[in-house]
Amino acid sequence: MRDGWNRLGRILDGRQVEIVGLAAVLVLVLVAFGVTTPRFLTLGTFQSMAFQLPELGLLTLAMLIPILSGGLNLAVTFSANICALVLAWTLQTFGGPDAGVFAFALGVGLALLTGFVIGTVMGLIVAFLGAHPILVSLSMMIFLRGVGELITRGGDISGFPAFVTTLGHGTVAAIPVPLIIFVIVAFAVHIVLTRTRLGFATHMLGSNIEATRYSGINTKLSLTLVYSLSGVIAAVAGIIMLSRFNSVRIGHGEAYLLITVLACFLGGVDPFGGFGRTVSVVLALIILQAISSGLNLMGANQHLATGLWGAFLIAVMVVRWGLGRWRAARASAASASPRAPPKSQTTKETAR
Amino acid sequence: MRERRLPVIRGTEAWLIVVIALMVLFLGLATDTFLTVSNLFNLLNVSAINLIFAVGLLAVLVAGGIDISFAVAASVVQYLTALAVEQLGGGSWALGFALAAGFGFCLGAINAGLIHYFRIISIVVTIATFNVFFGFLMFFTRGVSIYDLPDWWLDRVILFETQTASGLFAEIRLPVAVMAVMVLLSWVLIHRLNIGRQLYALGDNPDGARRIGINIAAMHFVAYGWLGICAGIGGLMQANYVQEVVPNALYGRELEVLAAVVLGGARLGGGRGTVLGAVLGVALITITSNGLNLLGVTPYAFQMVIGLVILVAIIATNLQSSGLLGQRRRVRS
Amino acid sequence: MSDAAQLQTASAARPLVLQLKRISKSFGGVRALRDVDFEIAQGEICCLAGENGSGKSTLIKIITGVHRPDGAAEILFGGRRLGALTPVTARQLGVQVIWQDLSLFPHLTVAENIGFEQNLGHRPRWARRGAFRAVAQGVLDRLGLRLPLDTPVMDLAIAQRQVVAICRALATDPKVLFMDEPTASLTKAETDALLDVVRKLARDGIAVVFVSHRLAEVLEISERVTVLRDGAKVGDFDSEGMTQRRLTELMTGATFDDEVHARDRHDAPIVLQTDGLTRRGEYEDVSITIRQGEVLGLTGLLGAGRTELAATLFGLTQPDSGSFSLGGQRMSFASNRDAIEAGISYVPEDRLSLGLVQPQSIADNIVAPVLKRIMGAGGLIDRRTKDRLVGHWIDRLAIKVGKPDDAVSMLSGGNQQRVVLAKWLATEPKLMILDAPTVGVDVGARAAIFEIVRGLAEAGMAILLISDEIPEVYFNADRVLHMRDGRIVGEYRPRETSMTALEAAVHA
Repeated sequence: MRDGWNRLGRILDGRQVEIVGLAAVLVLVLVAFGVTTPRFLTLGTFQSMAFQLPELGLLTLAMLIPILSGGLNLAVTFSANICALVLAWTLQTFGGPDAGVFAFALGVGLALLTGFVIGTVMGLIVAFLGAHPILVSLSMMIFLRGVGELITRGGDISGFPAFVTTLGHGTVAAIPVPLIIFVIVAFAVHIVLTRTRLGFATHMLGSNIEATRYSGINTKLSLTLVYSLSGVIAAVAGIIMLSRFNSVRIGHGEAYLLITVLACFLGGVDPFGGFGRTVSVVLALIILQAISSGLNLMGANQHLATGLWGAFLIAVMVVRWGLGRWRAARASAASASPRAPPKSQTTKETAR
Repeated sequence: MRERRLPVIRGTEAWLIVVIALMVLFLGLATDTFLTVSNLFNLLNVSAINLIFAVGLLAVLVAGGIDISFAVAASVVQYLTALAVEQLGGGSWALGFALAAGFGFCLGAINAGLIHYFRIISIVVTIATFNVFFGFLMFFTRGVSIYDLPDWWLDRVILFETQTASGLFAEIRLPVAVMAVMVLLSWVLIHRLNIGRQLYALGDNPDGARRIGINIAAMHFVAYGWLGICAGIGGLMQANYVQEVVPNALYGRELEVLAAVVLGGARLGGGRGTVLGAVLGVALITITSNGLNLLGVTPYAFQMVIGLVILVAIIATNLQSSGLLGQRRRVRS
Repeated sequence: MSDAAQLQTASAARPLVLQLKRISKSFGGVRALRDVDFEIAQGEICCLAGENGSGKSTLIKIITGVHRPDGAAEILFGGRRLGALTPVTARQLGVQVIWQDLSLFPHLTVAENIGFEQNLGHRPRWARRGAFRAVAQGVLDRLGLRLPLDTPVMDLAIAQRQVVAICRALATDPKVLFMDEPTASLTKAETDALLDVVRKLARDGIAVVFVSHRLAEVLEISERVTVLRDGAKVGDFDSEGMTQRRLTELMTGATFDDEVHARDRHDAPIVLQTDGLTRRGEYEDVSITIRQGEVLGLTGLLGAGRTELAATLFGLTQPDSGSFSLGGQRMSFASNRDAIEAGISYVPEDRLSLGLVQPQSIADNIVAPVLKRIMGAGGLIDRRTKDRLVGHWIDRLAIKVGKPDDAVSMLSGGNQQRVVLAKWLATEPKLMILDAPTVGVDVGARAAIFEIVRGLAEAGMAILLISDEIPEVYFNADRVLHMRDGRIVGEYRPRETSMTALEAAVHA
């Protein structure tokens, strides 16, 4: 019995607890829907999930990196719209439905570049002026939405070559193309965050930017690149959305904005920055998608899913709180020193 | 020693006053419609609801928190109030205010409870409750609007009207008066009561606040509860203003108001911000879009300009403090 | 001293304010306090001494009602036995603490901070500016001090903030006042002024418990020292006749020898040379040399420009005029990255917020300045190289860690400082600048850190040791420079000068 507790304790103390916990929740959700909804555990369901997940998924990855750096990028959705608009504009310039692959490639390049520029501008303001990321990205969001509205006059832009839809609706070996793109980007983000200098710097400066600077890390450049990268990923999301809807409209995916933040927190990313893993965030995304698809099959609409997502986040945070208390009790019982724990993070929040 | 001193206006507020004055001057000269009674009254009518939200949000920001959920909470309150007065057989303004404030407070208290008792930070809690409020509201209402509100609620109470030279009536409506009251109450709460000082203290130094014996739980409930009340009453007024209740009408308003309040000098992270600043922040944004309208700029460009204005304002205020302008901090005194 | 002696004779007649009997406290399975008795009389100044983790702060937290003692503990206040003590009842009884971080509200004004107690409670009340000012002015008058009442506390110097914190405690008319490391960031003159205030409070009948690392002060101000070690009380000792060395032994349970370690290095090659280095408003015309294997001490009062000079040498700021060279080559740093590249390391004074990225892991903190060295194929971090590097430095500096992946914040002050040293040693520096390397480090761990530092010098590294603790530089440096108002005003050789002479010069 005691041994069992100890083993459980080790798991709960370990670094893998987030992933194990989220995976368990995912299995639970799948089983629950599988039992209640006969059509849930079918290839069709999973394929439709695989088509829907990448939009939110890519936007969430674009949100993840700034959150790790201790910030936030509220402009991800409208950055995606603007980048899609750039691609649409390129396609239209080269003949709309008759545009060739070259035009498409050029458009994608320009869209990615646009995302990069938008992100970099935000990054420069955050890094060099020390302005609050929420405020910078919020005003950038308002600005981009305005630019988009001015260009599109609130309408849809459509009329793209047929092959564009393949990107949004095609499959390779039964795997949807958007999912493939998402997996590639997620893997790239994972590598960047865990194995590169930029990723290292992102975590460090997310915890304490001054101390990171004192260690000889170029914090201003790193912080700028965090937002540049976020912008580029948002651009990829925009391109996927364009090909999924076969049109561009300012406000497409707007409702995803706060869901991306929710998904990050659900995936165990520290709201103060510095800690978080791509794998957990992807798991959290799959859970959210499963809830939404399952409810959809049961005949409920997306709004119920949205409400449950929020409730789910609260539940997870409460569980984490309980787990944290339990761990603290264990740690103080096990520790050899009666020293008080380090100062709480509230101080850090104030310092920002 | 002088006992009474005029409050010193400084920092962001002073800066905003200058900018607004310049804008008013420019618009007054560039258009012959800006400085007219009907336009100024219109500005008040248009901005009343955002101002009610803004002063409520200020209480939360000052206390070191953030709230994303208040705008959708206002929509929830609209529905709950509509349902309740229907059950109670019609109701009246008095009942409407009481219910809206009560429901609003309860929704705010949910946030406060989660933040305080489970130690979840405010942005996580309010993003979650944002989704809960909005998702369930849309689910249970099926997105259906309410048009047959009680008469008292739809009644356009006109507090003051005057006929302008062109023969049109310029009027100030109920939301403006309610806004004035809420701004005044917020000012009293935040700047004139001991509670306000404690909110600042909590936002300024949470550890210190705990040590000195501030009742942190009470302060959380005051801050989020007050924002809830403001949201509820703002919702009540918004329905009166647009003559209907639409479930997603206020969706997205939270970020707009947040931008305005922070523009007005409130610090994300707590401890700083004034009611005057919040009012000026909303005023700047309202006047900008009103001015663009009067100048004949296409409405599609409004958001872009407003975004740009805020962006420039952030850059300007941070240029001062970041020391990039070449000021050197003197280390020795 | 005569003042203290006078109080001493009176002590017998004074009634006890606070008595704590058989205080024990366990957290989980660990006993933070074991059967500690503590008492203090009206108007007495007592000092609570002990290393980090000795149980000082737990004791304060019990007295202020934050923690509840275990078992058979008894707390008497003014002779009356108390039941459960909560933070609120403790305040009502008149127990006040001035925390080390002061716990002030930076955006509120001086008057608001001092009069804050009036603001408490969530029953609405008017917060009147005049009332605050009256309270604040009253307390300041009582102490015979002046402060700008309407200035936000964030605009005050640290010593003034200290005064605000004291005034805030006094505004509540306390019976017992705890002061946790009140002099940690004060200069000598400011400390003296503070000690005067403390004596004044004691004369007014307030019992003052002084908690400090600085043993000289402890002995100067207090009538009695209560020493804690590992959660148990070592004993109560009369301050008169007590020496710093004896007190250290009581606190650590070990004996330390202070001896001058200075050696002559004047024929070793020059590592760093500055020539008329000036940064207006910070330091002026600084010309110094540091040689290979030399430990150069740099002392002076707080604000003398020491840290500012270090910031320039480390590339964080740029000089207005003058130049400096490293290994004979003229240097100009655009950022601290250039400085690190050139072989300069800097251990900042503020370890908590600048020295280490506290919540991040020990391993990541160590490799942060040498990321280039752990890059493997394709510009990706090579985990094995990283582990090897981290393991090497943890062993080499004998850092006591559970796992290299643990957060740095879980380590003790002494071990944290070793991590800081490790991360800089990994860069293989030519010059290491140590700015107040022992702040917040236990007496016992200090000796170990200086042993490491001297070892590095022995191996040929040039060390610039900045500290305002004169014994620290006197015993460990080969030469000591004295800085005042941004200028180097004197050079001393420990073997040729007495410490008293050095102290006299610095505090003159």
